[in-house]
Amino acid sequence: MILAEVSSGWYLSLGAVLFSLGAVGLLIRRNPLVMFMCVELMLNAVNLTFVTFARDLDDVGGQVVVFFVLVVAAAEVVVGLGIIVSILRRRPSATADDVSLLRG
Amino acid sequence: MLEITWLIPALPLAGFLVLLAGGRRLGEPLAGWLATGAVTGSFLASVVVFFGLQAEGEDGRTFVQTLYEWVPAGGFSVDVGFLADPLSITMCLFVTGVGALIHLYSIGYMHGDPGFTRFFVYLNLFVFSMLMLVLGDNLLLTFLGWEGVGACSYFLVSFWHTYDANASAGKKAFVTNRIGDWGYMVAMFLTFTALGSITYTDIFRGAGGLATTTATGITVLLLVAAVGKSAQLPLFVWLPDAMAGPTPVSALIHAATMVTSGVYLLVRMNPVLAQAADWAPILIAGVGGVTALFAASIAVAQTDIKRVLAYSTVSQLGYLFLAIGSGAYVAAVFHMVTHAVFKALLFLGSGSVIHGMGDEQDMRRMGALRKLMPITAGAFIVGWLAIAGVPPFSGFWSKDEILLFAWEESPVLWALGFVTAILTAFYMSRQVFLTFFGEAHWDRPLEEAVPELARQRGLRPATVSGGDEPMTDDDTDEGPAEETDSSEVENIYERGHVPHGVGPREAIQPHESSWLMTLPLVALAVLALVAGVVQLPFSEDTKLLEHWLEPVVAPDEAVLDVAGSLQLGLAVVAVVGGLIGIAAAVSLYLRRRRSEQPAVPRVLARGWYYDSSLAAFMGGPGRKGFEATAWFDRHIIDGAVNGVATLIRGTGGEVRRTQSGFVRAYAGIVTGGAIVAVLVLVLRGVVL
Repeated sequence: MILAEVSSGWYLSLGAVLFSLGAVGLLIRRNPLVMFMCVELMLNAVNLTFVTFARDLDDVGGQVVVFFVLVVAAAEVVVGLGIIVSILRRRPSATADDVSLLRG
Repeated sequence: MLEITWLIPALPLAGFLVLLAGGRRLGEPLAGWLATGAVTGSFLASVVVFFGLQAEGEDGRTFVQTLYEWVPAGGFSVDVGFLADPLSITMCLFVTGVGALIHLYSIGYMHGDPGFTRFFVYLNLFVFSMLMLVLGDNLLLTFLGWEGVGACSYFLVSFWHTYDANASAGKKAFVTNRIGDWGYMVAMFLTFTALGSITYTDIFRGAGGLATTTATGITVLLLVAAVGKSAQLPLFVWLPDAMAGPTPVSALIHAATMVTSGVYLLVRMNPVLAQAADWAPILIAGVGGVTALFAASIAVAQTDIKRVLAYSTVSQLGYLFLAIGSGAYVAAVFHMVTHAVFKALLFLGSGSVIHGMGDEQDMRRMGALRKLMPITAGAFIVGWLAIAGVPPFSGFWSKDEILLFAWEESPVLWALGFVTAILTAFYMSRQVFLTFFGEAHWDRPLEEAVPELARQRGLRPATVSGGDEPMTDDDTDEGPAEETDSSEVENIYERGHVPHGVGPREAIQPHESSWLMTLPLVALAVLALVAGVVQLPFSEDTKLLEHWLEPVVAPDEAVLDVAGSLQLGLAVVAVVGGLIGIAAAVSLYLRRRRSEQPAVPRVLARGWYYDSSLAAFMGGPGRKGFEATAWFDRHIIDGAVNGVATLIRGTGGEVRRTQSGFVRAYAGIVTGGAIVAVLVLVLRGVVL
């Protein structure tokens, strides 16, 4: 079975790679939509890690946490996309750096 | 009949409000009559309540009338309610009775004054406050009246406020009284902490269970309050200056009523006093005895007719404290009543003299007035005999009783009281002789008649005799006419307007006052003659006041354990003492011409330099101390508070810069933080 050869390490490595991609993307891209997708990428990378450990440790708790993350992420998408859409509607070419009204 | 208790303070309040709203339209003399009517009505209400209480049994003589809840604050609740019991009704009777007579007198005395209606506005407000003080059924309501009378005292002392000395005399009275008010407030807080209530009935019920330390604390703080209001050492300095007000004010506020409120407070709180440590009553008696003697010694040397009476008042109030400290509450109330009558009489009499003399207050300018002002002189002489303790005038009975209790407490206290009695007889006789007897000093211009006084007022006497002393540093504490003591005294007659209390420079034609003023004098003179009958020491049956007050003070009243012969002996000694004082005054003042009369010791004329040292201290080292305190407050206390604020603001200002507003920068910081956290965990070997 080829499936058996895919050990937990692979999953974890994939999760780490996806997380790093998301983090770097968040740091270097300026398009708010892309940054938003990077956040989603990081969240799902973490989800993957949780699921992996849940299977390894035979503990359903990890799966439960994933559900929570999914729900929170969905809520976050609603709010976040609403904000981004309203910003882009007023200034179609805005970048994340243009929106710095909360500077101290 | 007791249900009309609320009318007693309500009538003067109504009078005050009506005068405030429409006094100007009423004008003179209608405003005065309205005010007099209000106080008279209040007096009648007091009489009705008095008979109502009489009708009750011995035990039922306490009536509480609650109007509404004033301060509902959780466990702390204060009602606006009146406590009518023998003590408060006794106070009401003489406050409104003497007050009504003084109101009547004021219509004549204030005749023609531009502030006529304003005067009666204040006077009615004062009577209202005084009645709230007396009738209040809890410490807070009494405090309301306490502050009210203080405020009215301020308004009325500074009544002629266009003259600087009067304005500052009012301020002095007010500021000095703040010290006493502090004592009152802390005593009130302490009572609430200890008993959970400040209502008098609760206090009487709970006082028995007070710890000695707490009771002593409350007692001493109440003493501080009373010392301020009743002008005792060391806070008496405001009372002589308060004579700057119109004379009816001096009679009503600064002799008969307000200044006795400290004594009233102590009598009212007697169950607490009874629980205090032994030294507390002795302290009260000591303060009273020393003040009595101290003030009497100053009164001997005053030349201003009102200042003599002012120091005399301080001295007589000292007697009241002496009585309370000796446990003689009945005697204290007794003397309070008789003193209110005869001192009001003396003040009104002096006011009549001042009025007739064209505003002159200096006794050196008077003399031989008895023929020109027969009614005033007759009334004044009754007051003089009463205060000097000559039987059967009222002062004899009350003073005698106090001395008796003082003897029981300690012979030292008795000696203080006895010497005071001699001095009292002496200075009052001196006043009467200088004013009403001897030779006239008003029938010539001032420079000719009284060169010494003329010099003090900045005039150059026409006859410069050889024995003229250099005028440097001559005494200048002659009442409102007080001036700088440079050798060149400013001529007060050449100022814009002559201050009150300074009579005309030319010859004066003294005249008897109108019936408005003499009628109260006669009424008070009759009272001063017979007021002693309320408490005659012959048998238990003649001690009417004692039986009347029994429900209030009986448990804590000192019990006399003296033989009748000792009692009689002390009375005889007291009378002889009074006669010695009078005889001394006769030989020194009545029998001699003015030029042969002894000069008064400067130290006494200046009041033992008490006031001036106080002023010097407060102006010098005291002021530095206050400035140091102010500096400490500004720089150290405020500095600490502001320093913390500045520190936090500065730090915030620096840290603020990290908030760049760039989302990606925040993300970078979070990422960096996460990496550092992971690194730390790795290095410490927690993971991997």
